[in-house]
Amino acid sequence: MHQEIKTTPSGDMVINVGPQHPSTHGVLHLLITLNGETIVNLDPNIGYIHRSIEKMCESLSYRQFIYTTSRMDYLSSHMNNHACALTVEKGLQIEVPERAEVIRVIISELTRLASHQLWWGSMAMDLGALSPFFYAFREREMITDIMEETCGARLTMNYVVPGGVMMDLHPDFQKKVKAFIVQFKSKIGEYHDLVTGNIIFQNRTKGIGMLSKEDAISYGVTGPAARGSGLSCDIRKLYPYATYQKLQFNEILETAGDSFARYMVRMREMEESVSIIEQLIDNIPEGEFQAKTKAVLKLPKGEFYTRIETARGELGVYLVSEGGTTPYRIKFRSPGFSNLSALNHMIKGHKMGDLVAVMGTLDLVIPDIDR
Amino acid sequence: MLSIANILNSFDVWLNKLLNPTLVMLVEMALIAIFAIALFAVLGLVLVYLERKVSALIQIRKGPNRVGPFGIFQTTADTVKLIMKESFMPDSADKFLYKTAPFVVMITAMLLLAPLPFAEGVQIWNINIGVFFITAVSSLSVIGILMAGWASNNKYSLLGAMRSGAQIVSYELSAGMAILSIIVLTGSLNLQEIVLSQKDGWWIFKGHIPAIIAFVIYIIAVTAETNRAPFDLAEAESELTGGFHTEYAGMRFALFFLAEYINIFIVCAIGATLFLGGWMPFHIGNWQAFNHVMDFIPSSIWFFGKTFGLILLIMWFRWTFPRLRIDQLLNLEWKYLLPISMFNLLVMTLIAIKGWHF
Repeated sequence: MHQEIKTTPSGDMVINVGPQHPSTHGVLHLLITLNGETIVNLDPNIGYIHRSIEKMCESLSYRQFIYTTSRMDYLSSHMNNHACALTVEKGLQIEVPERAEVIRVIISELTRLASHQLWWGSMAMDLGALSPFFYAFREREMITDIMEETCGARLTMNYVVPGGVMMDLHPDFQKKVKAFIVQFKSKIGEYHDLVTGNIIFQNRTKGIGMLSKEDAISYGVTGPAARGSGLSCDIRKLYPYATYQKLQFNEILETAGDSFARYMVRMREMEESVSIIEQLIDNIPEGEFQAKTKAVLKLPKGEFYTRIETARGELGVYLVSEGGTTPYRIKFRSPGFSNLSALNHMIKGHKMGDLVAVMGTLDLVIPDIDR
Repeated sequence: MLSIANILNSFDVWLNKLLNPTLVMLVEMALIAIFAIALFAVLGLVLVYLERKVSALIQIRKGPNRVGPFGIFQTTADTVKLIMKESFMPDSADKFLYKTAPFVVMITAMLLLAPLPFAEGVQIWNINIGVFFITAVSSLSVIGILMAGWASNNKYSLLGAMRSGAQIVSYELSAGMAILSIIVLTGSLNLQEIVLSQKDGWWIFKGHIPAIIAFVIYIIAVTAETNRAPFDLAEAESELTGGFHTEYAGMRFALFFLAEYINIFIVCAIGATLFLGGWMPFHIGNWQAFNHVMDFIPSSIWFFGKTFGLILLIMWFRWTFPRLRIDQLLNLEWKYLLPISMFNLLVMTLIAIKGWHF
């Protein structure tokens, strides 16, 4: 009973990539129409890991709902929490102590580094080079250790509370972060030697998955994926939050718009994050790490919106309050969702093997898309 | 002198005294079959263990270290597990082809063991067209892969098999050209004679730069022919999940897996035989004392040492490079390797005619 392989009316083969597939890094389902090895059409099918986080938030208090967002984009968990806390603080007009803001920024940048390192390893792994993953984890492990000592969790950190951070830094924090910076700076050259300079890697990524600046805007692509097309969209620069306006750092822009440009944006962003941490690590102001807040928070009636730059792009938190102890409605604008929508446009006409090279540079985290 | 060849000869003489010639032949054939299967199994286990340890070394890990000292029984345990596993077969598979495919791949790999000169005077089958036999038989393995890809009735398998077909057929050409460039120097297709022709130096040294170019092309081409990374497009885990063996499980999968490693051994053994002198010891010109010391090392150790050296090189490739794309892979072969190796063959022929080689 040899079954016919299903084809489209024009004779193209339809193939399901996912929801169980090694390179979708989660339960993403892509319906791909193939003509030989060439991708004719790509139709993302999402919803396999939908946990209705937004709905759950409606029944949780303003202190509690922050922590469900750690499970959205789990690689930027601290930054998700940060965005929610900023929204609540905006509503309650809470002044966050200087010390807490600096701590939040340091942890944010460490999270960004950890996220980009995981991305670097898994991107190389998707392209067939298995070793870089272990090199990336060597440095990432130092960050997760720092996180573990700071707030008890290694991945889904719940360190932020409305008005500051949950507890003070542990005494070894500065020493360990400095040790990480020394280690990272000595190893970033190795990253470039191993992957960036590799001729096969460059051939696989240059000129692949072109995304023009106009298309990036129309698809709502943000984060490193858009900055690889020359679109200036770094929220840390455009709409500074926490202490970012006092810091010296550059927005990384590449203009080529291909996979290699997006790759280079992330690689250079890692170095930029290290320089931000270096500026702050010796200048953590003394004082309170948490503002005095009421035991039960009640946001005034109204709508509140904040946006921050996570490792994947712009995360927007839209919160509607009816004046009660729980949010009336919450909507997250997740970067992964919009970035995924541009995938079909970027991949058309490329080979099946290019799928991983393009999808890798979008750095999709599926729970972030589905929520 | 006690060598493997002498032991085998005296065993042959002793058998001839005991039995009549027909029975002797039958007994020896049975023994050789057992030897081939044993070698197949042992080589598979050793190479898989070696691969895991090499990858661990490159990836700053420890690798297998629990089963037995330094984890040497890990691969044995894995094999036992694979034998015990249910050999699942998809309902819509073409049953006959699906079941036959792993055996085609395995038998091809085992046939290739026949003409290899393992040591001085040790060869399963001293055939005078040894090189031709190897190039002819090694191209059969693609049939097994195509069978597996087609019979699985899986789109990933089909894509993997399609890629593998295109890849092996193309890269055989430049591998063949590289082999030919040594054949024009030796004037013989007999592997034992090719080894003997390197008594005063290995062809990679004697053949000037063209021999080195041929060697490099040979290594690239056979890496592609054995479906190893960076040319592992037929499997391409991150693109095609498992490629042509996506639907295979248990021992059927293990046969593909073992055949891959045996193929690596064979291509490296041929590379060592053609370019690096096979079981010939390493000699330097007139350094009598040094040469004498080198002669003391048994010829089988020279053969396996050189072969494993090349295997380590190919493993190093796998754990360092990203994978090529299918069109880049074919470009590399048809636009670069094949023209270069054709030109190289012409230069080599000129060298052979003029007698410019050492």
